[in-house]
Amino acid sequence: MTNSDINRYKDKAFQIFGIFCTLIGLVVLAVFLIDIAIDGISRIDWDFLTSLPSRRASSAGIYTAWAGTLWILVLTAVIAFPLGVGAAVYLEEYSRKTKLANFLEINIANLAGVPSIIYGLLGLEIFVRQMRLGGSLLAGALTLSLLILPIIIVTTRESIKAVPRSVRDGSYALGASKWQTIWNQVLPASFGGILTGIILALSRAVGEAAPLIVIGALAYVPFAPTTPLDEFTVLPIQIFNWTSRPQEAFLTNAAGAIIVLLCITFLLNGIAVYLRLRQQKKVKW
Amino acid sequence: MLNFKLTNKKLHTALLISGSLFFAACGGNTSEGENSDLTGSIQIDGSSTVYPITEAVAEEFRTEAPNVKVTVGVSGTGGGMKKFTRGDIDIVDASRAMNADEQAAAQGNDISFEQLSVAYDGLTVVVHPENDWVKDITVAELKKIWEPGAQGTITRWNQVRPEWPDQELHLYGAGVESGTYDYFTEAIVGKSHSSRGDYTASEDDNVLVQGVSTDPYALGFFGYAYYEENKGKLKAIPVNDEDDSNGTGAILPSLETVKDGSYTPLSRPLFIYVNSKAVARPEVVEFVNFYLDNAGELSQEVGYIPLPEEEYNKQKQKFQKFATGVGASANNQQ
Repeated sequence: MTNSDINRYKDKAFQIFGIFCTLIGLVVLAVFLIDIAIDGISRIDWDFLTSLPSRRASSAGIYTAWAGTLWILVLTAVIAFPLGVGAAVYLEEYSRKTKLANFLEINIANLAGVPSIIYGLLGLEIFVRQMRLGGSLLAGALTLSLLILPIIIVTTRESIKAVPRSVRDGSYALGASKWQTIWNQVLPASFGGILTGIILALSRAVGEAAPLIVIGALAYVPFAPTTPLDEFTVLPIQIFNWTSRPQEAFLTNAAGAIIVLLCITFLLNGIAVYLRLRQQKKVKW
Repeated sequence: MLNFKLTNKKLHTALLISGSLFFAACGGNTSEGENSDLTGSIQIDGSSTVYPITEAVAEEFRTEAPNVKVTVGVSGTGGGMKKFTRGDIDIVDASRAMNADEQAAAQGNDISFEQLSVAYDGLTVVVHPENDWVKDITVAELKKIWEPGAQGTITRWNQVRPEWPDQELHLYGAGVESGTYDYFTEAIVGKSHSSRGDYTASEDDNVLVQGVSTDPYALGFFGYAYYEENKGKLKAIPVNDEDDSNGTGAILPSLETVKDGSYTPLSRPLFIYVNSKAVARPEVVEFVNFYLDNAGELSQEVGYIPLPEEEYNKQKQKFQKFATGVGASANNQQ
């Protein structure tokens, strides 16, 4: 066997290993989705989506849960978007490479690894108690914003970094100020990447139950929220609650609610993919 | 607005006093009738064990008083107590009695309250259905298995009772954060929150059901409703407290034995605690009365065991006394 034969086998072996790794993830996901679909798809109908929670599994619905989830989603996006992008622009464009900047960067990276329940405890003390927001949508959205800020900052910085030096230089050469360059060139060029990051961060926030339970999100709420200061529940809490019930029928309900939650996440991810593709077509350097 | 509320409250109190005689006389599941002009909101939080009952009551209460917004959370008995003793919520669901620390916290925040029993739960000792050697178990044997000193030493079935097989003993039980764990250790080991640590613990009883039903050498405990729903996969063990004054021999948990108190010491009461300040609001009084009127039927529907009828009447009288005596030192009247 020659050297090049051995290399060819190694190449082949690594290829098979790679396919195997990819398949593991996909197969697990497929098994999970099929299992959930079998359990829950028959449960989803108009009544399920428009009914209030109930002790009877067959008449219980997820109306207030998905309404709460949508509220949380929109509020969190509104809060986290400007904060995250602002911080990223500062770190990437304005801050000098000082010790402080270094310190900030390391901490943001660390924050991304903090367990979500810790953010819940932080939110409980600051937003619920100090700011007296109570267990409201606003307190929940602020807490989740903290949770996803590090992800948004990191992805936004990456997309800003990807804007070529020549674009900035061109802008400066035409006499634009730093702010004009950022606003008219850098941000539009990196917008697709920024949006993708935000939407992926939001799809993480939408699946969180633990930090929201800590700040006082409820399980039984018989009305859909109408203002950001209303109390609320979200789909993950409803799912968690149903899976811990002794009656089998509630597990079917949980499966149904999981499908709805998955649809929301898939929809968000779909939007992210669409925006990225559209952006790629639009930006031509 | 304030004036209106006050008069409404007085009127309500008067209604309550006259109503109490009526309740005592007939003791039926009557409520005070439609109250659609009642408004406001009631905040409840606490035990996830009690949650299904409170959820059912809140759901039914909507037909009684559709304009009252009742919300229920599930932060656990400990979490709920923290909020209750700070005055954040009106009612707390509890799967154990309030402990000394929590009482001190309530006192520190100038909060007085009343404890009301709403239903029973029978903690059920279970084994795998193919386990044919365990016919019954005594409290002393359970203690031997679960006390802290058993860790690492009591690991085989024949160490508990010599005629049982020389096989490994696998234990499943409630996680240490739950009120269920506190109650079980108090009743069996004799000291709350103290047991061996080398067992499979889960806060989710469905996980424990799964564990015991697939392990022939398992012994576990959890709420009666979880046994009831999984009867085919589990075998319940009669428990002998070696005290014949409350039923002779080993007794299986059932609707009757838990209700009449013969299934001891593992049947436990479930509670709600009501804040005295909240009782000043007519919707809260109405809700608690509605709760006690319907808890019997609804608790059974969601898998728990109702108190005897006269016990509900006692709780109602206790609450009425509390509601009318609010403002005075209404605390700690048992």
